[in-house]
Amino acid sequence: MTRDEIGNREEDMIIDDPKPKIQNPDEFNVHYLRIYYGNLFPYSDIHKWLSYGHDGKHPGCDEFYFGRREFSFTLENDVYLRYKSFKNASAMEDAIKSNFPYKIDIGAVYSVDPDKRHAYAQSGTNVFTPVERELVFDIDITDYDDVRYCCSGADVCSNCWPLMTVAIKVIDTSLREDFGFKHILWVFSGRRGVHCWVCDPKARRLTNEQRSAVAEYFRVYKGNENNAKKVDLMGHSLHPFLARSYVDYLKNFFEGELQATQSLFSSKEKYEKILEMISDEDIQSELRGKWENSARSSLSEEATSLLRWEQLKKMLQSKKQKALSLRTCIEEIVFTFTYPRIDLEVSKQMNHLLKAPFCVHPKTGRVCVPIDPNNCDEFDPMAVPTLSQLIEEINSGGFRMDVDGDDSDRSLLGKSIKFFRSSFLEPLLKSCKEQIEKSYKTKIEKTKDSFSW
Amino acid sequence: MNPILPQKRTASNDVVSSPKLPLYFTAPAMEVRLEEFELFAIDRLRVLKGVSDGLARGRNPNEMDDLVGDLWKENMRLSDVSEMINKDIISHFVLRLVYCRSDELKKWFLSMETALFRYRFRLQNLEAQRATVGEFGLPYKAVIGAELESLKEKLWQVARSLGQTSPTDEPIYYKVPFEEVPDLVASRRVLLQKGYAFVAGSQLVSLVVTQFRSHLSKALILTNRKWTTTIREREKDRLTPIVEALSTSYLGPDYSQSNEYADISLKDIDQVSKSSFPLCMRHLFEKLREDHHLKHGGRMQLGLFLKGVGLKLDDALAFWREEFTKKVGSERFDKEYAYAIRHNYGKEGKRTDYTPYACQKVISSAPGVGDHHGCPYRHFSEDNLRAALGRMGLSSRGMEDVMDKVKNKHYQLACTLTFEAVYGTSCDAGINHPNQYFEEAQNVLKPKTPTAPV
Repeated sequence: MTRDEIGNREEDMIIDDPKPKIQNPDEFNVHYLRIYYGNLFPYSDIHKWLSYGHDGKHPGCDEFYFGRREFSFTLENDVYLRYKSFKNASAMEDAIKSNFPYKIDIGAVYSVDPDKRHAYAQSGTNVFTPVERELVFDIDITDYDDVRYCCSGADVCSNCWPLMTVAIKVIDTSLREDFGFKHILWVFSGRRGVHCWVCDPKARRLTNEQRSAVAEYFRVYKGNENNAKKVDLMGHSLHPFLARSYVDYLKNFFEGELQATQSLFSSKEKYEKILEMISDEDIQSELRGKWENSARSSLSEEATSLLRWEQLKKMLQSKKQKALSLRTCIEEIVFTFTYPRIDLEVSKQMNHLLKAPFCVHPKTGRVCVPIDPNNCDEFDPMAVPTLSQLIEEINSGGFRMDVDGDDSDRSLLGKSIKFFRSSFLEPLLKSCKEQIEKSYKTKIEKTKDSFSW
Repeated sequence: MNPILPQKRTASNDVVSSPKLPLYFTAPAMEVRLEEFELFAIDRLRVLKGVSDGLARGRNPNEMDDLVGDLWKENMRLSDVSEMINKDIISHFVLRLVYCRSDELKKWFLSMETALFRYRFRLQNLEAQRATVGEFGLPYKAVIGAELESLKEKLWQVARSLGQTSPTDEPIYYKVPFEEVPDLVASRRVLLQKGYAFVAGSQLVSLVVTQFRSHLSKALILTNRKWTTTIREREKDRLTPIVEALSTSYLGPDYSQSNEYADISLKDIDQVSKSSFPLCMRHLFEKLREDHHLKHGGRMQLGLFLKGVGLKLDDALAFWREEFTKKVGSERFDKEYAYAIRHNYGKEGKRTDYTPYACQKVISSAPGVGDHHGCPYRHFSEDNLRAALGRMGLSSRGMEDVMDKVKNKHYQLACTLTFEAVYGTSCDAGINHPNQYFEEAQNVLKPKTPTAPV
């Protein structure tokens, strides 16, 4: 039985009780998923987005564009179905409603329909290649485990979530100001991170090498347990992008919110980690001596931490002529704790799949809702609607089931869908349509010219 | 890296900075004698092989400039300038035929020709460079007037961030879409604004090299098509045998087929790791034994190395399974990791038999949080590296020599010195592949006994 055929046997699988590996059967189970995908998932919005204006209404449209997009489904029991493609919105809807996948991933737009790729393999030269794909980023809070003291691993709380907020601000600003991108969608990953989808035509056509270049431009943190100095800015002054990020976001975040929630200098273990980043042994010992002696002061953890940071800054300022590497030491410390850490591999390759917005996270039951980068301070991952809350809302009648993707402010999911449409989808489609018209007109002009003998 | 180019080679009779650096856009329309066809190609191949060697040994850009200058002089110089240009163009196009015929050949040729072009371009004087840029027909505008004024402060900031200490006296900046200079963007060596990169005149190299590479890449695909559809058959008695013979030489061992004597068995593997593995692989091996896990980068680097050393697929599966099941359980191992191991041996997916990483690749990798791959000479902090070298048995004198190389970013030389210190023998060829280190180490520990004369 091939992997594709397994999909047709879902009847047998759903009747069984949920397997013990689902951690919160109250939050996430197949029964709830059925209701979610039966009534709440915004099929036509997703379809409109991924069609990028090729809805067949304009002669310049490519009506087969949507059908060349790869999707993948992860079913119950970890069955994984790749290279799925759908020729239109209702085909996609039917497939989701007959499989009720635990996870839906979106891949690239290929040169031919992914589910027909084998038909073309015979011709020798490999014509099944990715042609377009959004520029994507994945930021996961577990990559910050060495700098957050409140949680580790899969946990996240209101003390460390702000690391994600600051990451969004830094990356979003750069994507717009430095790279000139406009159509950017930020999405909550459902548990402990965020995804970013850059959908401008230029972004979708970037090659792997170009994507790699953008990812490397954003890369600052180069740490693992084998090196003590995880951020090395070489002692020269900062590139304008880093300088802007530092001045506009990172410095204040470090000295304010982060210190308040993490108290970065309050214990010996904590401050040793920072002292190790200073490349001068003498400065390290001097500070260490000072702080060991003041270990039993009456100040609160937070106040102690702030005081020690001031002392460190003062000392580095006065001694910075000693060595080139000391000149950017303060910034390096701030960057180590606050600068975004993206997963480079996700961004570099066109064929990398990424979870679709509005999926539900199996471990938390929360919906992967969009995040407004202009208001990301207000985003609270603990307040994101869960499947059980949504089901509850349906049961209590507070939801209009006759509308495809209710976007009223009264329903839990409505706000997110409204935001998705007004801030992202509508401007994107407007721009796509203009683009399609423009290239169509140009094409017509060209053929006209060739007829003018 | 200092963006200011060396100005030393500007003598007009210097053959390398001769005015014309061909871009190979169109095939030569001249007649070529059959002997020239082969000889020209062989000479150029020597240059490309030299470039490949230089890169594998981790030569820095200035060293590569000199190397390329010498290689070109030795192999491609002719007394008549126009004949020299002809040889340049003809040899390139012949090698296109030779190297278009498979993905691996294409990749190698593309890399080496691009590198060759890059260093020949760097050796040109500013005027010749501008002429070359012009030949590409790139519509990049120089930034002038009010726009330049508004950007001056930030441009100077970028220059300072690269270590320049005096105000930039760059004569000219070009406004270029960012996607056309990926390596400048990746290393944050240019100012970006609204999708445009502001490229200094002296950074032009990146711009043209990207164009050159992209053009050649497309051309190779077309050449391949022409070759398979018409040329190969038409020339089967004349050019085809020459073309086919040319590609099998000059590509250094890639260790994808291991020698019989290097077979290692699972029971010896711990002992062998301590006695003969280079530091990078030793570290990965130790971490695997310690943590019973490695992340993807580490699994690839170590896994392919072990394949090159002679570990058979079944033994490899048993080896990784033994470690990983201590942490993730055998069901998860089978589901998540076994596939990848078989993939490395060419038994799954598109069935490419992957080759073990050479030093160049290991050094240029980017280990992140939780990773242990990469080159310790590059990626470890000084303290950690010293500790690791101490565990390998280096004396303090030996260690200083090695650390000295590391400070100068000569990572492969550092590894070579380590080898020499550990085994007490010199390694003239220099280490440029972890499997080479292993083989040389084995040679010292178990020298092949000469066969008795019959």
